[in-house]
Amino acid sequence: MEIGLRLAVSLAQIAAVMGVVMLTVMVLTLAERKVLGWMQDRMGPMEVGPYGVLQPIADGLKLFFKEDIIPAGANKFMFTLAPILALVPAMIGFAVIPFGPSMTIELFGMQIKPFVISDINIGILYILAFASIGAYGIILGGWSSNSKYSLLGGLRSAAQVISYELNVGLAIVGVILLSGSLSLVKITEAQAGGFWNWFVIAMPFPQIFAFVVYVISSVAETNRVPFDLPEAESELVAGFFTEYSGMRFAFFFIAEYANMILVSCVAAALFLGGWNAPYPGTILGHLGLDALAWIENVVWFAAKVYFFLFLFFWLRATLPRLRYDQLMRFGWKVMLPIALGNIVLTAIAAYFFPR
Amino acid sequence: MAGSELLLEYLSRYFPILVFVFVALAFGAGTLLISYFVQPKYPEPEKLSTYECGSEPFSDARMPFPVRYYIFAMLFVIFDVEVIFLYPWAIVFNKIGLIGLIEMLIFIGLFLVAYVYAWRKGALEWD
Repeated sequence: MEIGLRLAVSLAQIAAVMGVVMLTVMVLTLAERKVLGWMQDRMGPMEVGPYGVLQPIADGLKLFFKEDIIPAGANKFMFTLAPILALVPAMIGFAVIPFGPSMTIELFGMQIKPFVISDINIGILYILAFASIGAYGIILGGWSSNSKYSLLGGLRSAAQVISYELNVGLAIVGVILLSGSLSLVKITEAQAGGFWNWFVIAMPFPQIFAFVVYVISSVAETNRVPFDLPEAESELVAGFFTEYSGMRFAFFFIAEYANMILVSCVAAALFLGGWNAPYPGTILGHLGLDALAWIENVVWFAAKVYFFLFLFFWLRATLPRLRYDQLMRFGWKVMLPIALGNIVLTAIAAYFFPR
Repeated sequence: MAGSELLLEYLSRYFPILVFVFVALAFGAGTLLISYFVQPKYPEPEKLSTYECGSEPFSDARMPFPVRYYIFAMLFVIFDVEVIFLYPWAIVFNKIGLIGLIEMLIFIGLFLVAYVYAWRKGALEWD
């Protein structure tokens, strides 16, 4: 009985989160083309529906009914497995993201936290671990296609993802030092009470360097412009998914956008206070509407996440692509020393001025 | 808390994640399966050949690739393990005081030695 109830609650939460993520992916595919269009003084997609708002549905339906081509020379099992291996880690990372305040509600005699699927005490490690598994999907997809473009794209992607993952791991240590926890719920709670408590500018040592390193590295980890060498269309056609078509292609696409949302959520939770408003408490709470205060928190979280997502599009419209040697040099010789120095300085500052 | 209660507590926390893994897998496999039944299938030798910008594909893609990738993978494993050691230290930092700070500075010093060695050896270069 107990386990059945817990399963039902979990399933409901998972369905809600996956629904929101898939909907956001759909919005993003349209938003990216619209934002890029506006930045280049174009209109973007305009054909399907008013102002092209139904374009993602048309794209999705098209890909769903397209033929899935498996090239003759491909390794069939790996070729089929790779898109799923890319999609699943991008999805399940959302299990530990707190989307709203950590309140508990009683339901059928059970304690339920409505805004986080599972508050485990190793939240950040869990996300990093599954982000690494996502790289397997890319490299397996590149290798199993048995195409030269795919192989080169997969290799480039693997080397790039692991190089910048190191920097992400180092950048996060500073935040853990200040919060004393790996759980995203606790890290977010430690930043309550106004924007001056957000870790990006909080005393004793503002994590502004870690923040910059994290944002740049997460752009590189999600293979976005200006670090999109694994799919550099002028050299590698489409990189690791050159040979993919139909729904499998769509899976790589969804995985990339879901990863963008995931790193934006993590950035918001770690550095920008997560669901905390930039002022103490909530306006609705001050007005006496405590029961509705969660709406304000969720809106703030969404606003922060969308700020990062807009940053992704903005970078794409602004910056040219790096060369591969520049990319690796930047990751290993610039970002890594900055992240390491940040840890040392944060530790010293946190020792002499404990929070 | 007794051992069995602690275990139950952990299981109940990781249970939703296990469910999520299965739901995500089912979503992936299910979508591919449904798509398989509604899509057209007209395989031709030309269509199934590897894409090489329209020219006839030559040789196999299973060819040697630069050893650089391997070197960076090795560097990643070495440094990532060291980064993982920083995590437990960072969590208990407030409780271990000056000793913990000095010990970790020594550890980061060792990290730096390995890093400078790799730099001077040219392992961080890509040409």
